[in-house]
Amino acid sequence: MKKSKILMITGSLLLLTLFALPLWNITLEAPQYPDPLGLDIHIDKLADGNNPNDVRNIDLLNHYIGMDRLPEDMLEFKIFPIVVLVMAILGVLAGLSGKPRLYLTWVIIMAILGVAGIYDFYSWLYHYGHNLNPHAILKFVDKNGNPMAYDPPVFGTKQLLNFTVHSYPASGAYTMMVGIVMAIWAFVTGKKEG
Amino acid sequence: MKSMYKNAVMALVLFAGLTLVSCNQGGSNNGGALKSSAAEKVFVAPGEYDSHYAFISGGFSGQLSVYGLPSGRLFKVIPVFSVDAEKAYGFNEETRDMLKTSHGYIPWGDSHHPDISQTNGVVDGRWVFINENNTPRIARVSLETYETAEIIEIPNSAGNHSSSFVTENTEYVVAGTRFSVPIPQRDISIKDYKGNFKAALSFIKVDPESGNMDLDFQVLMPGFDYDLSHPGRGKSHGWFFFSTYNTEEAHTLLEVNASQNDKDFIAAVNWKKAQEYIKQGKFKTMPAKYVHNVYSDETHSTISTTKKSVRVLDASKLPGLVYLMPTPKSPHGCDVDPSGEYIVGSGKLSASMTVHSFSKMLKAIENKEFDGEAYGIPILKFESTLAGTVEQPGLGPLHTEFDGKGNAYTTFFISSEVVKWKLGTWEVVDRKPTYYSVGHLMIPGGNSRKPFGKYLVAMNKITKDRYLPTGPEVTQSAQLYDISGEKMELLLDFPTVGEPHYAAGAPAEVVKGFSKKFFKLEENKHPYATKSEDDVRVVRDGKNVHVYMTAIRSHFAPDNIEGIKVGDRVYFHVTNLEQDYDVPHGISMIGANTSELLIMPGQTETFVWEPKQVGVWPFYCTDFCSALHQEMQGYVRVSPRNSNVKLSWSLDDE
Repeated sequence: MKKSKILMITGSLLLLTLFALPLWNITLEAPQYPDPLGLDIHIDKLADGNNPNDVRNIDLLNHYIGMDRLPEDMLEFKIFPIVVLVMAILGVLAGLSGKPRLYLTWVIIMAILGVAGIYDFYSWLYHYGHNLNPHAILKFVDKNGNPMAYDPPVFGTKQLLNFTVHSYPASGAYTMMVGIVMAIWAFVTGKKEG
Repeated sequence: MKSMYKNAVMALVLFAGLTLVSCNQGGSNNGGALKSSAAEKVFVAPGEYDSHYAFISGGFSGQLSVYGLPSGRLFKVIPVFSVDAEKAYGFNEETRDMLKTSHGYIPWGDSHHPDISQTNGVVDGRWVFINENNTPRIARVSLETYETAEIIEIPNSAGNHSSSFVTENTEYVVAGTRFSVPIPQRDISIKDYKGNFKAALSFIKVDPESGNMDLDFQVLMPGFDYDLSHPGRGKSHGWFFFSTYNTEEAHTLLEVNASQNDKDFIAAVNWKKAQEYIKQGKFKTMPAKYVHNVYSDETHSTISTTKKSVRVLDASKLPGLVYLMPTPKSPHGCDVDPSGEYIVGSGKLSASMTVHSFSKMLKAIENKEFDGEAYGIPILKFESTLAGTVEQPGLGPLHTEFDGKGNAYTTFFISSEVVKWKLGTWEVVDRKPTYYSVGHLMIPGGNSRKPFGKYLVAMNKITKDRYLPTGPEVTQSAQLYDISGEKMELLLDFPTVGEPHYAAGAPAEVVKGFSKKFFKLEENKHPYATKSEDDVRVVRDGKNVHVYMTAIRSHFAPDNIEGIKVGDRVYFHVTNLEQDYDVPHGISMIGANTSELLIMPGQTETFVWEPKQVGVWPFYCTDFCSALHQEMQGYVRVSPRNSNVKLSWSLDDE
C-alpha cells in the first residue's frame, strides 16, 4: 500500500481515540484545593478531571453563585459521537480511494467542524457563566456594577473569584490534531507519489 | 542484706537530690549557639510535613495521640478507651458498643503501650495496637481512618500491663496480666493468695488482611506480677519475654513485701511450642466471659459479641513451654534488641542492669542448667543466661530502646536521665538529663528489627517548673533528643495528652499513604443511611421516630420537622453527602442528652433526642463547614403528647 494511503487511514482512525480520551480540560485551582478540581470534556460526557467526584464538587461550589448544575445529557453528547464516527469512516474511505484531493477535502471539513465545535463550546461556557439563578447565595458585581459572570476561558487562564481557572486541550484533542496533520502529510505525499 | 538495701536507698535519695540540682543548672545553661541549632532541627516550616509520626499513649486519658516529629505538633487525639464528646465516640448509637465489656458499658480506660503492626520485623504502618490496663482490653486503631477499629476484652486478667506488643509478622498481639487473680474468679480469702492466685498471658491472633483479633490461647502462669514484655525477633522469633515482680506472691504492702527477693524472673515463653500444644489438643477449654467489639467502615457501626470460653495451656504442666531467667530486683522493662539476641532486664531496685543472651538461654535449656523450679517451671541458672551487666548506669532503670547501630538507651526514673550504652561491651557512653522522672522512651521502630535511630522521645512523669503553671495539675511532657551523633542532644520539650506511657513511631512515608480521604457514599451500608436528598424522610414507629437526614454544604434535609411529641424518642440518622476531602459536618440539637455528631463525608451517624418540652427547637451544624455554615440550621416542632399535628418534614417548604 502507498505511504499516503497508510497515513490517511491511520490519521482518520486516530479520531476514534476521542471515544476514550477527553477533548478538553478545565482545571480550577484555589488555596483550599491543594488538589485542584478538574473537569474533563469528552465528546459524549463530562467527567471528573483530576480526582473522583470532581464534577459533583464543582456543582456544589457553583450552587453558591447560582450556576446551573453541569449537564449529564446535552444535544452535543448525542451529535458529537456520530460526527466523529462518520468523519473517521469518511477518512478511511478517502484513504482507500487513494485520491489526495479527497484527503484535502476531509481536512477542510475537519477544520470547519473544529471551528464550529469551539464556537459551540464558547457559547456553552458563556451560557453557564451568565445564566445565573436570581436567588443565588453569593452575588458579585464587576467594576462597572454589572453582575459578575463566571464563564471560564475557552483557551487559557483566568481568575474567577478565589479560583484560577485553566482551560486547555486535553489528550483527545492532541491525538485528533496528530490525525489531521497526518492527513495533510498524506495529501502532500500523495501529490508527490501522484 | 537489709543494711545493704538501706544503703542503696540512702544513695538513691542523695543521688536524686544531686541530679535535681544539676538539672536546674542544665536548664539555665541552655542558651547560645546550641539553642539556635536545636531550633533549626525541630523547625518544620509552615506547610511542610514532619518526617516522623509518633503515636503517644494518653495514659489515664484513655486515648492515643498523634504527633509529628521533630516538631512535636499534636495532630489528633484518637479516642480509644474513653468517651470523646467532640467526636461522639461512645455517645452516638454507632460507637457506644465499642466501650462495652463483660462488666457493662465503661466510659473510661487507662491506655498504656501502643505498638505498630509489623511485617518481617519492620513496622508497616497499618495498625496501632494499644492496651487498657484497668479493665483489661486491647484495641486496634486503623491508620486508614485514625479511629478505633476493634476492642477485645481479655479474660482471666487484671491490670493488663505487659501488653500490647506484636510479634514480627503481627502473628500475635500479646497481653500479660500485671495482677494475679483467682482463675477462674471465685470467692476466696485474699490471704490465700499464695498458690491460689494465677496469671494469664494472652496470645491474640491478628488476621493478616483485616487485622481482626481473636484470642487464640492463654498461658496459665504462677501468681506473680507480669510487668512488661517484648517479642523475640530474628533468631528469637517464636519466643516472648515477660518481666515479673512480686515473685514473693505478696498480697499486701507490696512496696515492701514484693521487694524482698534478690531476683525475680524474666519468663521466656515459647509460643511456637504453645501452638504445637494447641494442635495436639493439650489445652483446657475454660469458661470465660469477654466482649469483642468490631467497628465497620462500611456499616459505620459496631458489632459487639460476648465470648464464652478460652483455651488455656498450663505452663506448670507442659514441658518446654516456659523457662524462667532470674533477673535482679523487680525488673520493669524487658526489652529485646534488634538482632533478637539480647534481652535487657531493668531491675528497677538494682544498681546495675542485667542483659540475658538468647543463644546462651537456648544452650542452658539444652544442657538443663537449672536452678530449681517454680510451680513446675524450670528456673535457668542466672550465670548461664547472663550476657553481661551494665554496671552502675544510673538509678531506677525502667525501659530500653535501640538505635540499630549497636547502642541501647535506657531511662532512669530516679536519677531522671537517659543513658546511652553499648551492646556487647556494656559501657556507658553518654547520659543526658530529663525533666523530670522519665518513664518510657521511644525510638521510631524501636520495638522491631529495624529502628530508625535518628530521634529519641523521652516521656516524663512530672514536669514541675518546665512550663507555665496551670494550677496544681501541670502538663505531662515528652522530650525529643537527636541521637544521630555520638552524644545525645536535647532538642525540644512538648506537652502530651495525659500521662504518656510509651509511644510508637515510624517515618512518615511508612504511615501516611494509608490515610483515607473520605468514605465512599456508594459503599455506605449503614442501615439508616440516606444517600440522596430525594430519600429523606421521617418515620414514626410508636414512640420512636427515625429521621433520615442528610447534610451537604450548606443545609440539612429536611430542615423543618413537625409532628414530634413530648415523650418521643427521636433518632437523627444523619448522612454526610459530601464526597470531598476534609468536609465534615456536625450536628447538635438543643436539649439532647448526648454529644454532637461529627460526621465524615460519606458517613452516617445517629444521635438520640428525647424532647421534654413543647415548643419549636433548633438544631445546627457544629463544624464550620462552609461560607454558609451559620445558615446551616433547622427547626423541630414539638407538640403535646395528645396533639394530632401530622408528622411532616420539608426543605425549602417542598
